[in-house]
Amino acid sequence: MKNEKLIIVLPAFNEASVIDRVLENLKRELLLISNLQKEIVVVDDGSIDKTSQIAHKHGVMVIKHLINRGLGGALGTGLEYAKMSKAAMMVTFDADGQHDAKDILSILNPILNNRADVVIGVRNIKKMPFDRRVITLFSSIVTFVFFGIFCQDTQSGFRAFNLKAINSLKIKTQRMEVSSEFFYGIKKHKLRLVEVPIRVIYTPYSLKKGQQNSNAVKILLKLILRLFR
Amino acid sequence: MNLTILPIQIILLIFLVFAVSRVVLRLKEGSLTLGAFLFWAGIWVTAGLAVIDPGFTSYIALKIGIQRGTDVVIYLSLFLLFYLIFRTTILMENLREEITKLTREIALLKGREKK
Repeated sequence: MKNEKLIIVLPAFNEASVIDRVLENLKRELLLISNLQKEIVVVDDGSIDKTSQIAHKHGVMVIKHLINRGLGGALGTGLEYAKMSKAAMMVTFDADGQHDAKDILSILNPILNNRADVVIGVRNIKKMPFDRRVITLFSSIVTFVFFGIFCQDTQSGFRAFNLKAINSLKIKTQRMEVSSEFFYGIKKHKLRLVEVPIRVIYTPYSLKKGQQNSNAVKILLKLILRLFR
Repeated sequence: MNLTILPIQIILLIFLVFAVSRVVLRLKEGSLTLGAFLFWAGIWVTAGLAVIDPGFTSYIALKIGIQRGTDVVIYLSLFLLFYLIFRTTILMENLREEITKLTREIALLKGREKK
């Protein structure tokens, strides 16, 4: 376990105003995990602000997309990097400051104890703004209809994957529909899924950056389209 | 078969000959697959037959249970348009995917160099 590698992937698009604090908190929490090799990877998805420069100052790995490809594109790059680096574990963490770095151990625990291949950090639906609650429920139902897996919070960006999941998952979608695509992979490769409650820091900024209400229908259409490809 | 050719038929035939020549040209260039060539060539040749002999559409209409030949043309055109829009959407999605792959490769390559 000592030399196993953990990669934390932060997909980031124009997050210059918050990424400094996010990385600061994350690095502090990672110091508490002593028995793993840890690497933070910021996938800058074609930002036009100083996201990359700020991330560089923190000494983390920065992979920059020349043009914006969307959340799925950025997560796919993070996943590829994890495969290339032979990481044994990967965590995806939003760069907009909505996740609490203190939850990283609870997300990792089911993987470390070999109880899960994939862990999804689920947000407390009761604490969500009403529109988010509707979208989350809608997404859960759509994911269940398409992939036969019911998860309380399919759109959560806080996830952990073990080696089996890293090597078997492939991301083809490019935008927000990636969150549902993970469930396709989970079903296809019969991966063990565990849901863990996480805290969420809702700020006007994170609400603006997160899943837009209008995306719900777009995601559904893209998922239908995928069936015909 | 009505042998009198109307001006509209001549205009449409010129257009169809042009369309067929484009399809042949694209096949020679290699930008159309054999399947796509057969599909498009089939469409334009059938349209050509319908222009030369409008009775042809009525014959098809009766065969498939529609009363008027023009209705067959409209139904088939609509069906074809929807299908083509669908194919174009899929093609665009595939193109987006290819662009993402390319962007990813470049980003990972640069990242590795920095490391």
